[in-house]
Amino acid sequence: MIEQLPVLLVVLPIIGGAVPLVASLVSDRAGWPVATLTLVGQAGLAGLLAWTVSASGTVSYAVGGFAAPYGIELVVDGLSGAVALLVAVVSLGVLAYARQAGPHSNAFYGLYLLLVAGLTGMTVTGDVFNLYVFLEITGLAAYGLVASGRDASAAVAALKYLIIGTVGASLYLLGVGYLLAATGTLNMADLASKLGEMAAYDSTLVLTAFGLMIGGLTVKVALFPLHTWQPDAYANAPDTVSAFISALVSTVSAYALARLLFSVFTVEFLTAVPVARWALVGLACVSIIAGSALAVSQDSVQRMLAYSSVSQFGLVVAGFAIATPLAVVGATVHLLGHAVMKGGLFAATGVIERKTGATTVNGYAGMGSRVPISAFCFAVLSLAMVGVPPAVGFVGKWYIVLGAVNAENWPVVAVLLASTLLTLAYFARLVERLYFAEATIHSEETPAEAPVTDGSGQAVSFGMIAVVVIAAALAVALTAAVPELQAMLEDTLPPLLNQ
Amino acid sequence: MFELLNSHYNYFAVMLLLGIGLYMLIESQNLVKKVIGMNIFQTGIFLFFITLAFRAGGDPPIIKEGGGPYVSPLPHVLILTAIVVGVSLTAVALALIIRIYTEYGTLDEDKLKQLYYD
Repeated sequence: MIEQLPVLLVVLPIIGGAVPLVASLVSDRAGWPVATLTLVGQAGLAGLLAWTVSASGTVSYAVGGFAAPYGIELVVDGLSGAVALLVAVVSLGVLAYARQAGPHSNAFYGLYLLLVAGLTGMTVTGDVFNLYVFLEITGLAAYGLVASGRDASAAVAALKYLIIGTVGASLYLLGVGYLLAATGTLNMADLASKLGEMAAYDSTLVLTAFGLMIGGLTVKVALFPLHTWQPDAYANAPDTVSAFISALVSTVSAYALARLLFSVFTVEFLTAVPVARWALVGLACVSIIAGSALAVSQDSVQRMLAYSSVSQFGLVVAGFAIATPLAVVGATVHLLGHAVMKGGLFAATGVIERKTGATTVNGYAGMGSRVPISAFCFAVLSLAMVGVPPAVGFVGKWYIVLGAVNAENWPVVAVLLASTLLTLAYFARLVERLYFAEATIHSEETPAEAPVTDGSGQAVSFGMIAVVVIAAALAVALTAAVPELQAMLEDTLPPLLNQ
Repeated sequence: MFELLNSHYNYFAVMLLLGIGLYMLIESQNLVKKVIGMNIFQTGIFLFFITLAFRAGGDPPIIKEGGGPYVSPLPHVLILTAIVVGVSLTAVALALIIRIYTEYGTLDEDKLKQLYYD
């Protein structure tokens, strides 16, 4: 049973995703219960898997019984176990939000579960071509979900996302071709042993493959200047979808990037080809600063949060590229923490918009007393993102900076420390408006009409607020889970980091 | 130069397709043509994989008595999958374009930008 878990984790949401489509013949509202049942099962399986991995080490599964270098292998270690659990838990949580807020069609839930399947597949796969297939499944489902907004602008945003995302994934595929030409294999573990032996690390073939594959994935991660699809997609999608994809899609792509760095190219490659490491660190640093600068200049809160993602993922990629054990633990903690915090922030903007109609930074003025619970959670999540201890945002940044100090990358240390100030620059402004600014609308007046995304009215359900509260609580409580995560990663990382 | 062209013409063809596809994707104002450009770009990549499988004097990879050497079957299988992905992407893109056209009444990117940001 245990060794079949990785494949069950992918198959379950695919089957679950087909059920609502069939159920459309009988009932229009079957989607939500089916999705909930499926994802409860998914979370249970992912929890069991993560527990097994932390107790007894890596689990691997040969798809179709074809052994590793020729067949497709699914591998779950400490890193992928943690990400798979995150995907299952966050997607289950967002469902509570979707009950009231989301598009209610059965097709929506079908796509939702397909996206979960794609993300889980990207997490557990041990094969670079298989990663491409799951990358595209994730992409297809995400384009469909972004377009599910009632507004036609959602379709424009989705098409932009589709075109840019497809070019990114295609470049990744071209890179896979270069690796196949260099080594004749697609299995990650096999590639790691053959690169450097069959093909020198600094050969043109391997360097081009690295550039194309990492370049393709950074489009999906949305690092500056390849982020242009992201603000449009996040701002035009329905609230449920914004919360879901902002929490998971870029996160899992960043995980895939880490997997490529450590399980395929390995740290030896980064050491042998310093220019590759510097290019990646440089891109990450530019992303941190440009993302923050763009976030400060935004008026729409959702666009501000989207640009904030550009900056935060710069931080994560910088941690991975520095590639000392401390920095990698920090980047992973920040990756997981960011998913919870950013998902929660988008969920909170949805609630605030429905209750008060406020969508802009100035519109948030004085809303602290109008929507006390959501505004408080929004403030907590903002401060967690800035990195105020004891929130999880602090722990991640702290470890990344420590790792950079250990590696004696002083310019990077400076950028990382500055990133906290930059994050403060755009979040503090918003929190200040929420609590200390004069309200622009008097509270006796009826709230401005909120744009309706799905025609179901502006009502805010208990589940929607619960999601926001739980995200805020998790942003603080996850700090307690960091030692556990660190232990899990330390079992996994030494072989990855060759130490 | 001519030698190189003669021995590596398949790679030049791939690069040409990638270039044409990318140029259309960026330069064309028409959304449908952009999707066609995307398809040409992907086709270039597909042909790159197929050309990797080639082996001088190789038989098709169907095992028979006294056969071989065979060309590598792996890239063909991979590209079969990638083509399916490409078709699905095209379908989604065209569906989105139909939605945009019914809503905004134009396929021209410049006009769409004006309507979109107003």
